Amino acid sequence: MTFKLAASPHSHQRRTTQQVMRWVYMALIPGILTLIYFFGWGVVWQLGLAILTAWAAEAGCMLLRNRPVRFAWRDHTALVTAILLAISIPGLAPWWIIVIGTAFAIIVVKHVYGGVGQNIFNPAMAGYVVLLISFPVQMTSWPLPQQISQFDLGFLDAASVIFTGFTPAGYNLEQLRMGADGLTMATPLDSLRTALNHQLTMSEALQRPIFGDYAGLGWQWVNLAFLLGGLVLLKQRIISWHIPGGFLLGLLVPAAVVWMFAPEQSVSPVMHMLSGATMLGAFFIATDPVTAATSNRGRLYFGLLIGFLVFVIRTWGGYPDGVAFAVLLANMAVPIIDKYTQPVTYGHGEHP
Amino acid sequence: MSSNAHLKDIEAGHIWSFPGGIHPPERKELSNQTAIATMPLADHYVVPVKQHSGAAGEICVAVGERVLKGQPLTHSGVSMGLPVHAPTSGTITAIGPGRIAHPSGMADVVIRIAADGKDEAFAQQGISDYTEVARAELLERVRAAGIAGLGGAGFPTAQKLALQRPIDYLIINGVECEPYISADDRLMREHAQTILDGAQILLHLAHAQKGLVAIEDNKPEAIAAMREALADYPQFSLRVVPTKYPSGGEKQLIQLLTGRQVPSRGLPIDIGLLMQNVGTAYAISQAVRQGQPLIQRVVTVTGEAVRRPGNYWVRIGSTVAEVLREAGFERESPEQRVIMGGPMMGFTLPDTDVPVVKITNCLLLPGMKELAPAQQEMPCIRCGACSDVCPAVLLPQQLQWLAKAKDYEGLEQQNLFDCIECGACAYVCPSEIPLVHYYRKAKAEIRNIAREKAKAENARERFEARQQRLEREKEERLERHRKAAEARKKAQAEQVKAGGENPQDAVQAAIARAKARKAAQQKKNED
Repeated sequence: MTFKLAASPHSHQRRTTQQVMRWVYMALIPGILTLIYFFGWGVVWQLGLAILTAWAAEAGCMLLRNRPVRFAWRDHTALVTAILLAISIPGLAPWWIIVIGTAFAIIVVKHVYGGVGQNIFNPAMAGYVVLLISFPVQMTSWPLPQQISQFDLGFLDAASVIFTGFTPAGYNLEQLRMGADGLTMATPLDSLRTALNHQLTMSEALQRPIFGDYAGLGWQWVNLAFLLGGLVLLKQRIISWHIPGGFLLGLLVPAAVVWMFAPEQSVSPVMHMLSGATMLGAFFIATDPVTAATSNRGRLYFGLLIGFLVFVIRTWGGYPDGVAFAVLLANMAVPIIDKYTQPVTYGHGEHP
Repeated sequence: MSSNAHLKDIEAGHIWSFPGGIHPPERKELSNQTAIATMPLADHYVVPVKQHSGAAGEICVAVGERVLKGQPLTHSGVSMGLPVHAPTSGTITAIGPGRIAHPSGMADVVIRIAADGKDEAFAQQGISDYTEVARAELLERVRAAGIAGLGGAGFPTAQKLALQRPIDYLIINGVECEPYISADDRLMREHAQTILDGAQILLHLAHAQKGLVAIEDNKPEAIAAMREALADYPQFSLRVVPTKYPSGGEKQLIQLLTGRQVPSRGLPIDIGLLMQNVGTAYAISQAVRQGQPLIQRVVTVTGEAVRRPGNYWVRIGSTVAEVLREAGFERESPEQRVIMGGPMMGFTLPDTDVPVVKITNCLLLPGMKELAPAQQEMPCIRCGACSDVCPAVLLPQQLQWLAKAKDYEGLEQQNLFDCIECGACAYVCPSEIPLVHYYRKAKAEIRNIAREKAKAENARERFEARQQRLEREKEERLERHRKAAEARKKAQAEQVKAGGENPQDAVQAAIARAKARKAAQQKKNED
């Protein structure tokens, strides 16, 4: 018999951090497959590079901190960070982009702050922002959706571009990104922004082939796929509705209001919902529990704040999409949100 | 909501809900299939003198003395402690420190009895019509029977009843939400009449008009038995509550049945409610009707490591080892744990020589796979699963960070002391953080600090009081001297008046003589 003293409760529900993380990356699969379908094999290479870098960085940090390495690998948090960052950057970006971003996310954003559970900022998004500010050209060079591209890049062609900058046939990234009309094309959100800045109306801007049916060729399906994965997480109670609900509402409401008054001068709510990183951000990035608010009410406000900031940045800011900045800004607001959203404890309310 | 409409809702049988809660595997079927069995007499018993929350009684027996079953071993005394009684007839072999059932494995004073096997009873007398007896006398009987809340807290029942405040409802708690335990379930199935008789006595004692009997909906047999018996008790109504842990917690059950919340650091009676466990009601009936003190209770012995799981009438003071032997437990694995209480709130025993006490409702011996031992604690990822299940609406993860940082002010601000230690947070924690353990530790530390502060305050007061006393004594001494001097002067004056010689005159005369002599001397020198 063991007479060591164990603390109650002696019964535990067996859903470990590892399982939670496993659900998160399983739920990302539909979105990742859609990304591969529209944007090519580069995504797979980025994922591989990110995961290897994350594991190496995690192991290095744990060794330096005199902690067991396997212990850190087991919780899969580094894996999720790596995947989120890899699918956030352009698929054909040079290999050192993702390596620098992931290493920064794991080493500086996570371990310097004390490792898993201690970081203030969302590691993937902080890594993304560092990359976006440091390497704006590479970070905004999204490949064309394969469906309107004149090139058909295979798995190894993608690797060649990522590692050498050229396809085996000698084309560079700039050439690959050229449409049939000989013009380089940006992402839907980016194009709209440029068009609106050039005083074009929305209907004129939407003539370009990159806008498929609703919200941009490829992008709308990618967003719907992430939405699907997000709904699985909700169903499995891995996440609660408060953050994604707040996020989408915070983005949708101001977008709808502005659009109602100036439909030709603003991005439509549908476009906001299904473009850029909206769904990925709402269900997978903003929901990172470590850097979110604590109570459910706080999480709702946290989500609303991110959604609203995304709207503000997309509409008036210097970048076409703003999920990463919005998340980091909201991360900073977490302590104050927590302070003012402490729920009323049993016995502290008013009595009938 | 107006108070009347509110009462109408309660009356109509509305069941409110409480936030959070969990649904752990219930596993009640392991132990609730068979009738309550009676343990055979053991050859020795260990009765701790303190088995309730409050002061211990005064020991009124001596080593070597023969005692009878039901004879008090302690009496209330000046400390107003709750008495304990001999579980059987026999001889007292020792009185002294012994290991008791406590999470820390600490020792307390125990009375050891060698049973003589005769089980001879102490003379006892029941009351047939308790309404004829004065309230104070009835309360005294409840206290003398050693009855403490059998639901777990062990608060002396008479003390709880003594508060004379208006009560809307007496709530009889038969919820038994903790997994595995079926002691109250079996008791309700087999002794519904006695429980309700006790409940009626409690109603009388509390001067209440109405009572509610609450049972969780996973006990259909107990519900049926109680419903049938309730036909004879029109003042009581049955409330079936949904199965969710911890619906049997006092505060949660109150919220379920009345929608009210016990104010923080307050008592149910502050909101017109009084709650008693079904086991306590049974004991009350036994004490009043038969004059029987609390010397036995129903204990669930369960878990996959036990061959004959079930419920047993166990004499209080039986050692755990004795009970386990009867239930068919053999030491199998060196990793086997013995838990007193349920899987959620029970504690592991340091050894099996500790005795069963009044608040022991369960002995749980889980198989290795059944309740796997805790894994290594992983870092908190702030997932918030804990806040979702907290029935007290606390933020367990915030409390955890604050407890680890020893931020006592922050802990008070986050209402640490409203935590009922139900363990729901730790149950769902994906990082297997022993949250409740951290809260208990922090509570103990805060209490310690408060105690130290009180002690320091006490010392300071004592010091100041001593200073004042010394000051006062000095004043008094001076005053005394002054008075004495005055009295002396007065006495002299009176002596003079009475024609006697004034001693002062003699001194004056001597001085005058000395002066004259000095003057004469000087003159002589000058000449």
